[in-house]
Amino acid sequence: MLDKIKEFASEFFVTGDPLILGAQVSIGLSLVAIIFVLTFFKKWRWLWTEWLTSVDHKKIGIMYIIASILMLFRGGVDALLMRVQLAAPELEFLHAEHYNQIFTTHGVIMILFMAMPLMFGLFNIVVPLQIGARDVAFPFLNSLSFWMFFFGAMLFNVSFIIGGSPDAGWLAYPPLSELSGSPGLGQDFYIWGIQISGIGSLATGINFVVTILKMRAPGMKLMQMPMFVWSVLSSCVTIMFAFPILTVTLFLLFLDRYLGAHFFTLDGGGNPMMYINLIWMWGHPEVYIVILPAFGIFSEIVSTFSKKKLFGYKSMVFALMSISFFSFFTWAHHFFTMGSGANVNAFFALTTMLIAIPTGVKVFNWLFTMYRGRIKFTTPMMWTVAFIPCFVVGGMTGVLLSVAPADFQFHNSYFLIAHFHQVLIGGVVFGYFAGLYYWWPKMFGFRLHEGLGKWAFWFWNIGFYVCFMPQYALGLMGMTRRVNTYDFDMGWQPLNVISTVGAFLMGAAFIFQVWQIAHSIKFYKKEKDGDAWDGRTLEWSIPSPAPLYNFARLPQVTSQDDWWEEKQRIAAGEPAKPLAPLEPIHMPKNSGIPFIMSVCWFTAGFGFVWDWLWMAIPGLIGVAVCMLARSFSYDTDYYIPVDEIERTEAALRGTK
Amino acid sequence: MEKHNTHGHDAHESHGGSMKSYVIGFLFSIVLTIIPLVVVLNDLLNKTATTVLILVMAVLQFAVQLIFFMHIKDEKKPRFNLMALIFGLVILLTIVAGSIWIMTYNTVAS
Repeated sequence: MLDKIKEFASEFFVTGDPLILGAQVSIGLSLVAIIFVLTFFKKWRWLWTEWLTSVDHKKIGIMYIIASILMLFRGGVDALLMRVQLAAPELEFLHAEHYNQIFTTHGVIMILFMAMPLMFGLFNIVVPLQIGARDVAFPFLNSLSFWMFFFGAMLFNVSFIIGGSPDAGWLAYPPLSELSGSPGLGQDFYIWGIQISGIGSLATGINFVVTILKMRAPGMKLMQMPMFVWSVLSSCVTIMFAFPILTVTLFLLFLDRYLGAHFFTLDGGGNPMMYINLIWMWGHPEVYIVILPAFGIFSEIVSTFSKKKLFGYKSMVFALMSISFFSFFTWAHHFFTMGSGANVNAFFALTTMLIAIPTGVKVFNWLFTMYRGRIKFTTPMMWTVAFIPCFVVGGMTGVLLSVAPADFQFHNSYFLIAHFHQVLIGGVVFGYFAGLYYWWPKMFGFRLHEGLGKWAFWFWNIGFYVCFMPQYALGLMGMTRRVNTYDFDMGWQPLNVISTVGAFLMGAAFIFQVWQIAHSIKFYKKEKDGDAWDGRTLEWSIPSPAPLYNFARLPQVTSQDDWWEEKQRIAAGEPAKPLAPLEPIHMPKNSGIPFIMSVCWFTAGFGFVWDWLWMAIPGLIGVAVCMLARSFSYDTDYYIPVDEIERTEAALRGTK
Repeated sequence: MEKHNTHGHDAHESHGGSMKSYVIGFLFSIVLTIIPLVVVLNDLLNKTATTVLILVMAVLQFAVQLIFFMHIKDEKKPRFNLMALIFGLVILLTIVAGSIWIMTYNTVAS
């Protein structure tokens, strides 16, 4: 009996690597600590009623952001491990198999479990407030999206201590990702983790499209929406059409692995190239999905801290929407070297160059917005100003890569690695950090310490250039991506050492950010009014953090930057808009179903990974039961009475 | 507008179908299903013609479903559903045609 348990445990847990053993022990200890703290302070009920079952978009947004910062930590540690391994030739810090696992999980986590949830977190917190709504269109679905993402991410992450990590690259190209190339469980964790969280992403996309189209405050026309809302709309439209492709592609891969189908195998009439073709039909729009909201954030920040209306509003809208459309027509530039012929390559090279044009338009719009503005260099503005040159260089190297004949030289070299890190860090990460700093007072009611934020900013920026500029050169010197080591005589060591130093500077920057948050919580200073930055859009017209119902009275919007115009009118001595009488507010009730249903999905996914049908089938039945339970529950909403609104408002605004 | 105060899942819009239009739609879809069935079961046409017929019937069926049951015609302006549908069709066409184009060269090369 004992031997059987031992044998099972040795297959179930990943064993034999001291790094992983250390992680297993520390994960175990943190779990015990969390459970102890929650029990000791009797916080379980609080956790359940206030957070796990909440359908409030602001709380869901905060949970997204916490999850994404944890994932940033894990993805970042992966990156540092890789940089240590590459710092010197023929190091044996990570063996080849472990290195493969780490670059795979680094890629998946950073894109799908860090960038996406950070983006969704900002969507959730900001969009309803900016359009003057009280929640998203489908609050229950919103909560379900979050928990699907969360348990999908957990299923993926658990592979590193249980069963073994995936190691076929972040997009899992077959035939390597087929059963023949990856017989282990890692690839199954990959498929199920991404599938489950992918359903959540798709639902969020639909939710925000409907929210933006249907729930704007009275009077707000489409062309009066804040630019961030436009960017969310363009991103979500792209999600709606791109994510189904991912789901289907991974499902076909699952059929190959689980039922022995031959969609992407080398034998039996399968074609691995078809997978690459399909996955990039999602993969290319995906990078625009994450960058477009960052463009929206920069637009808001530039306008706020230059004290000017955004330059070229209409061209900005046009640029965003055309990027989201054209992003579907460039996918083959990821595999120019596949041998699809000159015509295919020429077509996709051209579309790739074309899509750079609307992006260029936006850069000029930001610059002209700053021109002759009264610029204030707060931390969000600093990230924005740092973003522009970084993204321009990253974009230009992208145009170099789009030249199909030249791409045969650059393809899968460190030149490519440097390019996409420059647009993803310089664009997406800088953008979301800017957004996080900008809306932090709105989320929590206090500001982050500016001085520490500036330290973090400089470490991030200098670290970024020190890390990635050498990689362009390394790529041209012939260093290919995903190599776990190299010979002494390649001459790559000096640049690799510099790159590793840069990576650690960024690691230090992350520590500064954690310190900044901790420091700001310790020296908590409540925001006096909701308008932290003398803002322009509706979210700044309400107290920070926003009350449950956001707006006591729905705003009547008459112009773009409505809150700014209102403040101008008041300053000019004109009478403020008359206040309508308060009415009871219709709100959705909290629900535990999203959490339970996502646990059921996790169970089903875990069962499929191990091929334990006794676990997978009850999981799926649980999912079905949750759906039925939701379909037959009618008691899903309630009204907040007027006197309660009056009391809350008086307390928040400090008036009687 | 009152609708703005409520949440999306409560805002049931009335579907503008009448008994007559549902019956017409039902008849159309039945007929469009029976035609290819009869043709295939009785070998009335050669292979190419049968394939074309099935495809044409499928497209017509799609239109009938949209018009009579999905009420795509009755949507108020701005017609977001119609726009989403057209965009979806464009993407679908891109996926299918693009994949065929890319993969054709690939099979030639190998």
